Amino acid sequence: MTHKSLNLTLRVWRQPNADAPGAFRTYKLGGISPDMSFLEMLDVLNDQLIKDGEEPIAFDHDCREGICGTCGVMINGQPHGPLPATTTCQLHMRHFHDGDEIVIEPWRARAFPIIRDLSVDRSAFDRIIQAGGYVSVSTGQAPDGNCLPIPKVQQESALDAAVCIGCGACVAACKNASAALFTSAKVSHMAQLPQGQAERRQRVLAMVGQHDEEGFGWCTNTYECEAACPASISVTHIARMNREHVKATFAGQK
Amino acid sequence: MTIATDSKLNARIPDGPIDQKWTRCKDQLKLVAPNNKRKFHVIVVGTGLAGAAAAASLAEQGYTVTVVTIHDSPRRAHSIAAQGGINASKNYQNDGDSVHRLFTDTVKGGDFRAREANVYRLAEVSGNIIDQCVAQGVPFAREYGGMLANRTFGGALVSRTFYCRGQTGQQLLIGAYSALMRQAASGRAKIYARREMLDLVMVDGVARGIVCRNLVTGAYETYAGHAVLLCTGGYGNVFYLSTNAKGCNVTASWRCHKRGAYFANPCYTQIHPTCIPVHGDYQSKLTLMSESLRNDGRVWVPKNKGDSRRPEQIPDEERDYYLERRYPTYGNMVPRDVASRAAKERCDAGFGVGDTQMAVYLDFSRAIQEQGRAAIEGKYGNLFDMYEKITGENGYVTPMMIYPAVHYTMGGLWVDYHLESTIPGLFVLGEANFSDHGANRLGASALMQGLADGYFVAPYTVGNHLASRSLKPVTDAHPSFTEALASAKARTDRILAVNGTTTVNELHRRLGQIMWNKCGMGRNAAGLSSAIKEIGALRDEFWSSVRVLGSGEAFNQNLEHAGRLADFLEFGELLVRDALHREESCGGHFREEHQTEEGEAKRNDKDFCYAGAWESKGEDVAQSVLHKEPLEFKDVPLVQRSYK
Ligand SMILES: Cc1cc2nc3c(=O)[nH]c(=O)nc-3n(C[C@H](O)[C@H](O)[C@H](O)COP(=O)(O)OP(=O)(O)OC[C@H]3O[C@@H](n4cnc5c(N)ncnc54)[C@H](O)[C@@H]3O)c2cc1C
Ligand code: FES
Repeated sequence: MTHKSLNLTLRVWRQPNADAPGAFRTYKLGGISPDMSFLEMLDVLNDQLIKDGEEPIAFDHDCREGICGTCGVMINGQPHGPLPATTTCQLHMRHFHDGDEIVIEPWRARAFPIIRDLSVDRSAFDRIIQAGGYVSVSTGQAPDGNCLPIPKVQQESALDAAVCIGCGACVAACKNASAALFTSAKVSHMAQLPQGQAERRQRVLAMVGQHDEEGFGWCTNTYECEAACPASISVTHIARMNREHVKATFAGQK
Repeated sequence: MTIATDSKLNARIPDGPIDQKWTRCKDQLKLVAPNNKRKFHVIVVGTGLAGAAAAASLAEQGYTVTVVTIHDSPRRAHSIAAQGGINASKNYQNDGDSVHRLFTDTVKGGDFRAREANVYRLAEVSGNIIDQCVAQGVPFAREYGGMLANRTFGGALVSRTFYCRGQTGQQLLIGAYSALMRQAASGRAKIYARREMLDLVMVDGVARGIVCRNLVTGAYETYAGHAVLLCTGGYGNVFYLSTNAKGCNVTASWRCHKRGAYFANPCYTQIHPTCIPVHGDYQSKLTLMSESLRNDGRVWVPKNKGDSRRPEQIPDEERDYYLERRYPTYGNMVPRDVASRAAKERCDAGFGVGDTQMAVYLDFSRAIQEQGRAAIEGKYGNLFDMYEKITGENGYVTPMMIYPAVHYTMGGLWVDYHLESTIPGLFVLGEANFSDHGANRLGASALMQGLADGYFVAPYTVGNHLASRSLKPVTDAHPSFTEALASAKARTDRILAVNGTTTVNELHRRLGQIMWNKCGMGRNAAGLSSAIKEIGALRDEFWSSVRVLGSGEAFNQNLEHAGRLADFLEFGELLVRDALHREESCGGHFREEHQTEEGEAKRNDKDFCYAGAWESKGEDVAQSVLHKEPLEFKDVPLVQRSYK
């Protein structure tokens, strides 16, 4: 454990609501322990702001252990900050230096309107899942779990896609604000499992259709999304989604 | 404390042998005609495993379902954070598991403070849960041949836990969420995210709606229906520091309690033995290291006090593997309450390690030697990564440091066998109810219970309520809605009006310290009595000096937190009063006055073999009245637990 403390200059995006204009504000913050998480650092700042009579900075968070996908801000231009495979809540201040200036902004994408300060509306993701990110099986219809043997390798590979936390970093990282990585993670999870076969074709067409309708951009293979993804979702899922999409289109399924 | 002498608590446990009760119950439930289902409107609050499963299943049946959640998406509910696994008595490992054994383990694990009939049903439907999840596409761990794999969890000698690496909760929730999304797409379920339920609306004594605050706009909204399902999770954050997500709260349950729902066994809180220790006073939460790690990790402290060598340098014979020493049969796999107290005992005796000396080691060196690092990485890789992110240490090389932390709450709103509270039409599912875990929950049983309640119990029993009660049409123009809305709004406005000098975080942290120090792992009468006074004083301080800036008509996260803290400040007192009244030790409730010579929990079955359900009598928590539901143990003989 390290015991020295950090003095920081923070430039934080402040915007009262979706319609109001936003701007950066600069805050000085001292006495930050390197063992604090990034969000704990923001907690300290917020308590200081409240004491000074300024409204605290809005930011989304919940589990603070990297799994719920609620947190996420741009830190010096990088979604979730400098560490690979790490959410904002799991980023610790030991990765910064005394005297650093840190620029903190919300995800920026047309399909993610800003709610306030660093908090954005990601409900577009729910609508993409609603378009087809499920198996149409109702409660009570399931056969015994071992009826469908799934080789370990296949299950592991489906799980690699299924661990997406839906945070939106992929969109924030992409110059086209594409949600291809998010959408493909679900398509790929389902396409690799026997349970997903019956609706395989409709699923990919409907989900990609909804993705476009929400205003997310096209994927142009810059791989920024993979680099930013805290759950290490690979761009190979995008390739699989594209193959699935081509096959489904040619099969004439709707 | 007032004890009700003429309690009307009726658990509606069906007659007959334990293995036929649920079948008999289902056979007798009234059904709603298929073409009428659409006309019935069910409100589901919360989209964790319990809520998402119930909402999806009810919508599949044809009911009109309204869902609200404080999160920005149903997928973010705290269930997502569950790591280790979910139990089911499939006996796929051919190691002697059965419904009866899962039932027995759970009753015993709960230290004989749960209702037998509910626990049996839980075990009975556990297998269906796994089937349902597999069908949804949940990628559970598999053997090379493609069959489902299992791991062992605490409190059991069989291997019955199904898992998806260290992300089981995430995968199960994504399964339930996708089922719910399918219903949202069909139009049968309507989802309102970023809404906080602030009150329950009753008409003619029946739950008929809710009041919410739209967290984005600050507007108050009312929703009317024929039944309300509360699936709002646990109240561990009354301790401020816990393994729960920051948004976990008691607000919805507490408001229902004030409207007449009894709150049962609030003092039963679970302290989980394997969490990353506290390291600073700015700390905002504690992180769990899944119990599954105890499958391969061995817990120890140095035999010599103040041994300052690095753990790798302490030879085996100078290590005290105290769980293996004290409990040779279960060893590192004893239930959570036992493991937590044993860690506290070693640290209190001066054998703790690390900067604060409030930690013990969790060591994987033997498992890595025997199985190879790749095997350990395969099972727990993400947990080791998380440990390293938080502490900066590599758990493969240096033993992890762990200490117990608040994790789960067995108490909750009292429900009968139908999962209906003392308010007709108000059903309570998942961690929010009190029913199945008694005084201590076994690992991997909360996910099982949440999904059992949501997929396989409520969808039957809610139908019975709708079919058998005459529910006249009600809209949110009814005066009960106006009254509830006004009262919810008044409370929020009152918080904004204080405009004092102390932040919500500061006050919450102080409440947590009182709770942890006086009502945590060890409790005694003197400490509890002083906690009641301190909580009262802190509550007064909240209402005279809290500072919440900004407006109620906007997105205001600090205001949300303040509202939840205000409820914790009332509820905390009830929790402590419950702990004070229960003059025995059982499961997670350890009264220092009541222990065996070996320091184990000593139950008092003569006087306390009941579920204690508290009835609210207005603002003053001290006036609450205790109702007792006697617990009978016919199928698992009432014995002192032993994991030796
Ligand atoms: C770190 C961790 C690991 C765990 N691991 C395991 C495990 O391996 N196995 C196991 O069996 N159990 C585990 N548990 C326990 C288990 O995860 C929980 O008990 C369970 O998921 C609770 O599910 P739930 O549906 O009851 O509530 P939650 O998942 O907590 O959902 C509550 C819902 O209610 C909503 N809500 C809350 N208040 C309001 C309000 N006022 N208005 C509107 N909506 C509201 C929330 O938005 C959320 O949707 C773990 C718990 C933790 C903390
Ligand atoms: S707060 Fe849950 S992932 Fe960061």
